[in-house]
Amino acid sequence: MSVAIGIDNVVKRYGNTTIIPGLSLDIKNGEFFTLLGPSGCGKTTLLRMIAGFNSIENGVISFDGNPINAIPANRRNIGMVFQNYAIFPHMTVRENIEYGLKLRKIPKDQIRGRVNEILALVRIGEYQDRLPERLSGGQQQRVALARAIVIHPSVLLMDEPLSNLDAKLRVEMRDVIRNVQRKVGITTVYVTHDQEEALVVSDRIAVMKQGVIQQVGKPQDIYARPTNGFVSTFIGHSNLFTAVVSGPRTVRFANGCSLEVPDLTSGSEGRNVVVAVRPEEFSVQEGAGITAKITGSTFLGKYVNYTLSFPDEVIVPGQPSIEYTQNLGNCEKLFETGQEISLRPNPLKINVLTEDMEQSLIRGVQKYV
Amino acid sequence: MSKKFSLPDFWKALTIIIILVFAVFLVYPLLSLFLSSFRDPETGGWTFDNFVKFFSRRFYYTALWNSFLVTGCVTVLTVLIGIPMAYFMTSFKIRGKTALEILIIISMMSPAFIGAYSWVLLGGRNGVITKFLSGLFGIQTPSIYGFGGILLVFTLKLYPFIYMYASGALKKIDVSLGEAAESLGCGSVRKVATIIVPLITPTILAGALLVFMNALADFGTPMLIGEGYRTMPVLIYSEFIGEVGGSANFAASMATIMVFITAIMFIGQKHFVNKKSYTMSALRPIQPKEITGLKSIFVHAFLFIIIGLSIIPQLTVIYTSFLNTNQAIFLPGFSLVSYKMIFSNLGSAIRNTYLFGLIAILLIVLLGLFIAYLSVRRRNFFTGIIDSLTMFPYIIPGSVLGITLLLAFNDEPLILSGTAFIIIISLVIRRLPYTLRSSSAILYQISPSIEEASISLGASPVKTFFRITAVMMLPGVLSGAILSWITVINELSSSVILYTAGTRTMSVAVYQEVVRASYGTAAALATILTATTVISLILFYKLTGKKEVNV
Ligand SMILES: Nc1ncnc2c1ncn2[C@@H]1O[C@H](COP(=O)(O)OP(=O)(O)O)[C@@H](O)[C@H]1O
Ligand SMILES: [Mg+2]
Repeated sequence: MSVAIGIDNVVKRYGNTTIIPGLSLDIKNGEFFTLLGPSGCGKTTLLRMIAGFNSIENGVISFDGNPINAIPANRRNIGMVFQNYAIFPHMTVRENIEYGLKLRKIPKDQIRGRVNEILALVRIGEYQDRLPERLSGGQQQRVALARAIVIHPSVLLMDEPLSNLDAKLRVEMRDVIRNVQRKVGITTVYVTHDQEEALVVSDRIAVMKQGVIQQVGKPQDIYARPTNGFVSTFIGHSNLFTAVVSGPRTVRFANGCSLEVPDLTSGSEGRNVVVAVRPEEFSVQEGAGITAKITGSTFLGKYVNYTLSFPDEVIVPGQPSIEYTQNLGNCEKLFETGQEISLRPNPLKINVLTEDMEQSLIRGVQKYV
Repeated sequence: MSKKFSLPDFWKALTIIIILVFAVFLVYPLLSLFLSSFRDPETGGWTFDNFVKFFSRRFYYTALWNSFLVTGCVTVLTVLIGIPMAYFMTSFKIRGKTALEILIIISMMSPAFIGAYSWVLLGGRNGVITKFLSGLFGIQTPSIYGFGGILLVFTLKLYPFIYMYASGALKKIDVSLGEAAESLGCGSVRKVATIIVPLITPTILAGALLVFMNALADFGTPMLIGEGYRTMPVLIYSEFIGEVGGSANFAASMATIMVFITAIMFIGQKHFVNKKSYTMSALRPIQPKEITGLKSIFVHAFLFIIIGLSIIPQLTVIYTSFLNTNQAIFLPGFSLVSYKMIFSNLGSAIRNTYLFGLIAILLIVLLGLFIAYLSVRRRNFFTGIIDSLTMFPYIIPGSVLGITLLLAFNDEPLILSGTAFIIIISLVIRRLPYTLRSSSAILYQISPSIEEASISLGASPVKTFFRITAVMMLPGVLSGAILSWITVINELSSSVILYTAGTRTMSVAVYQEVVRASYGTAAALATILTATTVISLILFYKLTGKKEVNV
């Protein structure tokens, strides 16, 4: 019932500006797939092309191999959750949810059954006879979700569904959405600009920038092995160091510290590179690392997050901040602001990028997984 | 520190003054009307005879039936015209859209009786079209007088209300609602039927009520074009003016019946709208789409024909005003004769219109400012009373208000009949709502913390009101005041009852000139009125920067 989505080289233009210059993706049946990217990169545009509200200038979108370009939105059998929910204000909660079923001419008793089931699933049974204006944001969100999935759509599309909620509700609804999706097992395309949200809910993530896919993969892979500088800094934090490949599988930082990186691709000796190190990928080793000065700290319970300053020649200029996260589980000595420490990056975890940060020099890192 | 005015004193005093003003000039007259409808014209004793007489004589109760029939038909027709028009204008790219919208507003803002009068000029017994068709082809055009004529004039004058209400409602519908319906499998026709129509229905009902009330209360149109077709306002007027042995008490009882009916409708509509209205705001409003081919031709033809028809009266009047004329007879060629005549004979009417209008507007602005502040910021039992009293003008037809004031003030202790004052009072009462509504609306958008900031900086609350709040409210107050002004200068139905030779206004003069068949001078006066209206509208647009009028 749920389908795989094929997006083959699609193009979107508004007038003379090309928003999406030829984008391809394969979304598997039943998976929770997230489009992640900064605001304005074209996520909504792509989602609405799948939904049928935006025309497709070029390329093909298909469901289970059947092109759907020519099928109007109301025949695509799509469940869509809108950013502003788009609950019909003149219908009660129940009427909102029944709406799509009635259009499908489903017998009355079946409608009742299916609506009851879904009301229970998203836990809004007690509000079923209310008008939407008397519901809170989280409740409206549940109605929108119920209305979209009750029709057993081929795919579920969601455009920043949590962006209108407060922080606490966001976390709660995130789990609701994830659980409901698992239970129903429906192919889902989810749009967000919030990387943390994407990492938590998704089976796979596509990171987008200016209408172009940067990387597709599982959350942990994208985090651990980003394909380029954009992905490594957009998802999670990365500290960027300048270095050279000084020998086989070896990088040397500007202060002279060398590391053997077993996953470095061969044949790049002598190249200038950028090394991306996440805040938790440092260890304190006197004399064996890069010297940094602590400029501030935030105590987070299990962790302490320090901001650092390095000598200019060691780091890539223009970074918002350089950070080191100390795990208090295995080290209880806290550092003072102003103190100098020597930090050694973990060679198994760090990423090595070309000097322009457009490509990864780590073996086996792929753009599309 | 000296303390001249402490805040509670000022606002309390104001509340009391305003309540007193309303009590004297609205509640007392209405009560007098109500009571006098239960008095015998001869003996002055208490009786139900006036009501019995009304409902037992066919001559009288048919007027009520006539009023309902024509008003009902008008309401249905305006809805049938106004909704598609609004839908076309919001969903499709229309050529000349801005111009069309301005024409719609002009035809809405100019008084109905001018429409009636120019349709008589065109299609009446000696009308241009009538003579042209019968002279050239021997065709007998259907008579413009009576039911058909009233229907035509009212429909063309009142459909803009529905249009404005419907467009306003459509603009509030977010595109995502339609898209949600589509994503659930809904086609475009069903989308309109199941989502869009239900969402705009409460607004349309409010607009329809406005149309109904306007058509029911209008006096000039049925008087000028109705001929034998008597409606309630006509009957009340002729009974009250009493050329053929009428009686004020009987007129009062008919007025009471009318107020009773309009009050019920008003309350019913409020009740329904309160229960059934949705607060909506559109992040992404509907975007007009390009249309082509037959569809485009059909849509444009519909819009151009209706709007063209509704603007014809204005054009006719302006054209006629420049014709060479000798009293009722039009001579060949153009001239300014009509204008010369009105300036020498009717100059006082022109002066009265602007003078009374300005004084009325001044009072309206002050009252609007104060009442809005009292009922938004200082809610209590007494300001609540004021709030309810300001609803009365919605349900009292103009001619009824005229009679009411005349009955109350042509006797001791307060004799005002025949004065300019009584006319100004009626203008203020009738046209306050426009200013009041826009004043309250803007006040809701001003955060109380701005006033608190001013007070914390050392300004007294009263000073704060005049220095900060009133100044910030000004744009809203003035935009409402311009609408009040336009309707004030065009007011006929109450003035025609209250005027005397010295207090005649332009609209009354137009009406009289038409009755005397002096069409040239009537046209010249009406042209001045129309020009003033258009200039005021332009001012309104400039001032508000808006492209809509909120009626
Ligand atoms: N209807 C439109 N007309 C013209 N440009 C548009 C339209 N819709 C979106 N865009 C442009 O397309 C780009 C991508 O927009 P969008 O898909 O909404 O971004 P996102 O959802 O990733 O924030 C933006 O630069 C936006 O300005
Ligand atoms: Mg978006």
